[in-house]
Amino acid sequence: MNVKTWFRIFFLWGFTLCAEAKPVQIAVAANFSKPMQSLVTEFEKDYDYQIAMSFGSSGKFYAQIKQGAPYELFFSADQTKPDVLQQEGLVVAESRFTYAIGRLVLWTVRHDFANKIEMKLKGGAFNKLAIANPKLAPYGAASLQVLNYLELTDDTQTKWVRGENIAQTYQFVHSGNADLGFVALSQLLGRNNMTEGFYWLVPDNMHQPIKQDVVLLKRAEKSQGAKTFLDFIHTEKAQTIIAEYGYLTSNGGQE
Amino acid sequence: MSLSDADMATIWLTLRLASTVTILLLIFATPLAWWLARTQSWFKGSISAIVALPLVLPPTVLGFYLLLAMGPNGAIGQITQALGLGTLPFTFWGLVVASMVYSLPFVVQPIQNAIEAIGNRPLEAAATLGAGPIDCFFSVVLPLAKPGFMTASILGFAHTVGEFGIVLMIGGSIPSETRVVSVQIYDHVEALEYAQAHVLSGVMVIFSFLVLLTLYTFQRKRKAVGLTYGR
Repeated sequence: MNVKTWFRIFFLWGFTLCAEAKPVQIAVAANFSKPMQSLVTEFEKDYDYQIAMSFGSSGKFYAQIKQGAPYELFFSADQTKPDVLQQEGLVVAESRFTYAIGRLVLWTVRHDFANKIEMKLKGGAFNKLAIANPKLAPYGAASLQVLNYLELTDDTQTKWVRGENIAQTYQFVHSGNADLGFVALSQLLGRNNMTEGFYWLVPDNMHQPIKQDVVLLKRAEKSQGAKTFLDFIHTEKAQTIIAEYGYLTSNGGQE
Repeated sequence: MSLSDADMATIWLTLRLASTVTILLLIFATPLAWWLARTQSWFKGSISAIVALPLVLPPTVLGFYLLLAMGPNGAIGQITQALGLGTLPFTFWGLVVASMVYSLPFVVQPIQNAIEAIGNRPLEAAATLGAGPIDCFFSVVLPLAKPGFMTASILGFAHTVGEFGIVLMIGGSIPSETRVVSVQIYDHVEALEYAQAHVLSGVMVIFSFLVLLTLYTFQRKRKAVGLTYGR
């Protein structure tokens, strides 16, 4: 390659840098990371915007947003944090909606537990029960409601091990350290990966629905990219993807 | 604003953990430091590197491997189960083992430096006077390397108190068993309980400052006395 070619490459590169719009920065609850990656891939095929995703716990995102983090959309794992942000006037109220409703499962990787998971839980025949910390994680709070519903809270309490979030709870079970664990169905499903182990889908009526809300942040009120992406989440196509990952969706899309 | 009972429980647990780890580490690290300081062996480099690994590795890496290794299918888990001890994750002793790995370099290195600083002459002199290796260790090495042991104890203790990532990965946040101060602060912050987080964090800052102040005051005094015998 001669000098001329190099110059051409350099200028083209510089040009693309200028032409490319700033990506839309979004904060996403960790439990929603897999579906979000699929959603963004689909979105970027059809639209001219780039999305930059950050995954983490909703509590940390809340603290960061309050301190002026440059996020435009916040996909929370619950409704509490959007509630508080709304009271503090940091979000565009009309933008808010429930993008997914989580499903809780009791999961094991022990083969001898197959088809007997519910029985094992009720009989206390397990070493540890992993749950996400009920104080922090909406899935943890739901797990506690299920145990209360089944009147197993007192009997099982000594066997609880708490993950700080649902991903860690998954790890406790996956590594074989806990026989049973309450995790999100979305962690076990997915477009490509096979489910390892066995799970019992906890009936909806045993806990409050795990509603996950998204909000457009005030600072991004005028961001066309953020609004376009939010509109995309409302579409049938996006809702279908969300359902494929084991969430219920609020506009009637049952599974 | 004062500390709740739950917060106090985490403080006691943290102190209990750090003391246990420090005492056990002094017992295990001293022979290791002695060997590293005196050996001419060709694999000294490899052993030193392994001892120093926790300085470099993110706690998430250590925590992840420890969770797998101490689990029912892991190497350590197989051994503890064979011994009838069950598995270590989610127990106080699991945290002790993990913290010992994590704080190892902070205890080994000051002791090793102190022993290296003594050099051969005092030991040869002691041997000439008829002291056996054990007598020699207790009446020559230990008094001369005392500053090294002090530094090692303080650093080992303080570093265990400040541990977070590994405890989070293998602890399971069980009250009075594995829920230490750093995890409790994290929980408070995540639950938006900022007032409680402030109090507990303040306690940590003051504690850490006092520990380091003790360490540096102590080291300065040593230098002032000019105790550099053997060099």
